[in-house]
Amino acid sequence: MFKARIEVTLKSKILDPQGKAIESSLRNLGFTRLSKVRTGKNIDIVVDETEVDKAVELATSACTKLLANPVTEEYEGELFDASGKSVAKFSSPNSARSDAKVKS
Amino acid sequence: MTGKVGVVVFPGSNCDMDAYNAFGSVLDQKVELLWHKETSLNGVDIVVLPGGFSYGDYLRSGAIARFSPIMNEVVKFASKGGLVMGICNGFQVLVEAGLLPGALLRNASLKFVCRQVYLRTETAATPFTSGLEKGQVLKVPIAHGDGNFYADESALKSLEDGDQIVFRYSTADGEITRDANPNGSIYNIAGIVNSRRNVLGMMPHPERASEQILGSAQGKAVLKSVVQSLN
Repeated sequence: MFKARIEVTLKSKILDPQGKAIESSLRNLGFTRLSKVRTGKNIDIVVDETEVDKAVELATSACTKLLANPVTEEYEGELFDASGKSVAKFSSPNSARSDAKVKS
Repeated sequence: MTGKVGVVVFPGSNCDMDAYNAFGSVLDQKVELLWHKETSLNGVDIVVLPGGFSYGDYLRSGAIARFSPIMNEVVKFASKGGLVMGICNGFQVLVEAGLLPGALLRNASLKFVCRQVYLRTETAATPFTSGLEKGQVLKVPIAHGDGNFYADESALKSLEDGDQIVFRYSTADGEITRDANPNGSIYNIAGIVNSRRNVLGMMPHPERASEQILGSAQGKAVLKSVVQSLN
């Protein structure tokens, strides 16, 4: 048994109006050094498998079939074992987020 | 010839009865409601996926409804050339099901927009607009929070090249302007067809503009076109 934590976000080139609204609110509060706010959703799922590979495969298949829309979204997931230890990571093909993290 | 129209009812549909009334009472067609759990379209000639908030718009608008049992039949029906019309939430279901390209994102304003808008007919060469003229402007309401049409560059190019953009938000005079765009849709796109031209998706509600008492009867021409195309 594993737990998968999946984060679904809009692709970086797609406007995230919620992120923009939050960003402008932060600015109004004086957080002028905070920028590029992006929102997303977090989905936690229990995966009834005994092998890590199979669990990743199953969670990935849920992502591609239902959880993320490949036209506009991408996903990143992490798999945890029963003790809460991270045992695997997975993400959508060509996920741009990981290498766009700290570009200034 | 009188056709038979099937209006699919998902949990959370709320314009199903508007469509039922517009096709049935206004256009005098046979109409039946098709519950989403059904696995047959009962021989209908036109399938309407109505507006509403199927499954509460959870996850993404239309994302869960597209896996309703009846959607397998709708996909088969469309692949045989059957006429399918998705209005508002129905459009969202069609893009999620892959029957139409693109996606519908949160309105750029983040606000739910419910008001009359003007649409310019971009092509009369579809079964849904055959009774209209290219350039004709229709006054029809919108009521949505996720109507911001998006498609990537190659999908947009293929929509344009294939004359598949059916309606664009315009001014009353038919000008395509930024101010006339209620939700941030790319190119002011309000409605599109697939390349085979038998599947239409549009965010505005022609069925809610089918009688003068509703504020406009100009949407009726769209519904009438699709009925007449069965002849």
